[in-house]
Amino acid sequence: MEYVVEMLKIRKEFPGVVANDDITLQLKPGEIHALLGENGAGKSTLMSILFGLYQPDAGMIKVRGQEVKINDPNVANELGIGMVHQHFKLVHNFTVTENIMLGMEMTKGLVINHTAAAEKIRELSKRYGLNVDPDAKIEDISVGMQQRVEIMKMLYRDAEVLIFDEPTSVLTPQEINDLIGIMRNLAKEGKSIILITHKLKEIKAIADRCTVIRRGRVVGTVEVASTSEEEMARMMVGREIRFAVEKTQREAGAVVLQVENLSALNNRKVMGLKNFSLQVRAGEILGLAGVEGNGQAELVEVITGLRKAEDGRVMLKGTDITNLSVRERIRMGMSHIPSDRHKHGLILDYTLEENMILKIYDEPPYAEKGLLNRETIRKHTERVMQEFDVRSGQGSLALARSLSGGNQQKAIVGREIDIDPDLLIAVQPTRGLDVGAIEYIHKRIVEQRDKGKAVLLVSLELDEILTLSDRIAVIYNGELIGIVEAQATNEQEIGLMMAGVQRGETA
Amino acid sequence: MKKEMRKEYTIALVAVGLGLLAGALLMLVTGNNPILGFIYLISGGLMNIERIGNTLATATPLIFTGLSVAFAFKTGLFNIGGAGQMLIGGLCATVIGLTLNWPKPLLLTVIIIASALGGALWGLVPGWLKAKFNVHEVVCTIMMNWIAYWSVYYIIPAYFKGAYLETESRRIPEAASLKVGWLTDLFRGSYINLGFFLAIIAVVVIAYILERTTLGYELKAVGLNRYAAEYAGIQSNRNIILSMMIAGACAGLGGAAFYVGYASNMQIGVLPSQGFDGVAVSLLGANSPWGVFMAAIFFGVLHSGKGFMNAMTQVPPEIADSIIATIIYFSATSVLIEKYWGRLQKRLAEKEKTGPPLVAEEEIKEKVGGAS
Repeated sequence: MEYVVEMLKIRKEFPGVVANDDITLQLKPGEIHALLGENGAGKSTLMSILFGLYQPDAGMIKVRGQEVKINDPNVANELGIGMVHQHFKLVHNFTVTENIMLGMEMTKGLVINHTAAAEKIRELSKRYGLNVDPDAKIEDISVGMQQRVEIMKMLYRDAEVLIFDEPTSVLTPQEINDLIGIMRNLAKEGKSIILITHKLKEIKAIADRCTVIRRGRVVGTVEVASTSEEEMARMMVGREIRFAVEKTQREAGAVVLQVENLSALNNRKVMGLKNFSLQVRAGEILGLAGVEGNGQAELVEVITGLRKAEDGRVMLKGTDITNLSVRERIRMGMSHIPSDRHKHGLILDYTLEENMILKIYDEPPYAEKGLLNRETIRKHTERVMQEFDVRSGQGSLALARSLSGGNQQKAIVGREIDIDPDLLIAVQPTRGLDVGAIEYIHKRIVEQRDKGKAVLLVSLELDEILTLSDRIAVIYNGELIGIVEAQATNEQEIGLMMAGVQRGETA
Repeated sequence: MKKEMRKEYTIALVAVGLGLLAGALLMLVTGNNPILGFIYLISGGLMNIERIGNTLATATPLIFTGLSVAFAFKTGLFNIGGAGQMLIGGLCATVIGLTLNWPKPLLLTVIIIASALGGALWGLVPGWLKAKFNVHEVVCTIMMNWIAYWSVYYIIPAYFKGAYLETESRRIPEAASLKVGWLTDLFRGSYINLGFFLAIIAVVVIAYILERTTLGYELKAVGLNRYAAEYAGIQSNRNIILSMMIAGACAGLGGAAFYVGYASNMQIGVLPSQGFDGVAVSLLGANSPWGVFMAAIFFGVLHSGKGFMNAMTQVPPEIADSIIATIIYFSATSVLIEKYWGRLQKRLAEKEKTGPPLVAEEEIKEKVGGAS
């Protein structure tokens, strides 16, 4: 048996779009096979077909050499195909054991046999090096551990083929390393893995082979060891990608944003930000690095006026804005690309036009005497859409919800940059986007800096911080750990600081 | 946008169709001829010019309360206080009508303004409590209903006692009534009154506010995504209060249309059912102003036709109420209709490959997720 799963000449059409066109994907036993492609390239459709959610229009699927028809996900499960989802599906106040056996509880008479299940979990945990405590409650364990529970669910159901959907997007650098170790173990024990991702670095780190798809077609399947990241990126996007953002040396100007001894409560009503001070100058990008949940959100919210400062003050261009409203801050030249585009960035059930005027809807020429000027708004939207390459099927009248993630994000970036702000606060501006969109957004952010604007970049992606920033501040546990020049530092140093180690503490 | 609207109208029509079907079944079960029943039900509402007038008069308060619910809903608020707001609006109108002795045009203007203000005040309180202390508006508006109920219960007998009965107010003078001679004559002595035209104006104004003004933009933004609205610097608290006030004003006007238009005195001890029917009207009208208008007219036909149906056949008038209830039920569960509709379209599309557009990638991911 050469291949454990074969998807041969799969074709799937949706009205007006060919999502999968003649795609062939062959998975060897014990191999880690990456599936690489931009958002909308057809990765999810292909995996939905393998998982029984869609029926292919043409082509066939073979599992262990036998042709199969996967009509629904239960069939997929019976065939030993399991999926580790991007968003975990766990019951938070249940224990690990309860979560894993949910749906296929072992029973002794009428009573659930917890001990036997826990025993099996312990055994599996040891065998694959998962290190999961069967008795811990989900709400008490870390995100990385929760993901292992998801993996364990598949193993518990004797899955032979594991599909990982963007598994690293929620993990810290350390947890990513652990996950890579676990995936290697799984492969060593004979499991076959399909890894859906658009992070080339990870593919390089663990995958054996990589199938690249673009616009529904296979561009090629390559041996990862003998292919460079640049080559894979070119296959995915169809053109050259520059990883290093072009950035000229530039002298920073006057202080635009000054944060002085700022303290603020977090959502749990404890100090999430402690005595924090920072300056961002005109013509520089200050990167704020840190592991998620260390006070970044609180800092951004206090600066933008969404959260009250308990102590300290915020100055914008020399004016104390600590007690100004959100609106007043926007008017003073502050714009904000929020981290969660669905929660804060867009009103999903508003059209693109309506979203484009979210911050300027009551200003002339978009509105006069309290009346919206639809004509001007449409022209404005069309201009921004063109300038920032926002693509939508129904043009400016499309609902924001109907746009792809990348286009939604470009729309937000366009809206925020088009205000021509003095201070641009960009929080996770490329979260969940593909390489092409990332490159584009990075270019626009650097452009702002080159125009002499101040940029505060908050990101969990260390790579993004390192490539874009002029200076890097590191936040840990609500406190400023230190600020370093981007050119005089490296990933290791920032990584240590992110873990709370002060600069110079280790030698 | 257009497509969305069309979908919502389809759902409303399906709900109406299913409601009528249920009514037909009920008539069959009770041993009546449903076709005959429906003929009399509809003709009872539309048979002649007088009945058409009565249908419109019955629909008038429903247009106002439907608008009230729909408007608040656009800001994400559930105004179940239409009954109380109507009562207060009606009380203001009645008190002024029975107190001031002014010429009709002036008096009516004051009455209309006062009833709107009264209703707005009854919306302001829950709106303010919601904005300030996050008190749920459903609880609060229900309480306000009872405050209005008991206020009327006290004020009417104490100061405006009727000539014969303790439980109702004096008849309002002709000058304070929204009924006007030419209109009554035009519709051969029907109940129709100026309130109907006021309702049309209200529909136009509310549609205008929602679609064209920055105020409408803000209100809807708060309703659709409060976080994004606040991120953009929109003060959601101010908008919540304002939205409840405008909703209250609509229902208050409905009170004037009912108590000094349709009726000519005020009874105590009754919460007007139109206040609650407004929820149904708004649901069936998909929360859009013109949808509300049409839904209210439709309910008006059923309400005013049921008596005739009862007179001409053995079908009890409760059947009409059951039809209304079933329609409400189906429009309340419109999500199910929508889902089924979507699935039907999808299935057709699978066959012909010309159905709905490609599901967004994230949505597919969701589905992959949901299936394990």
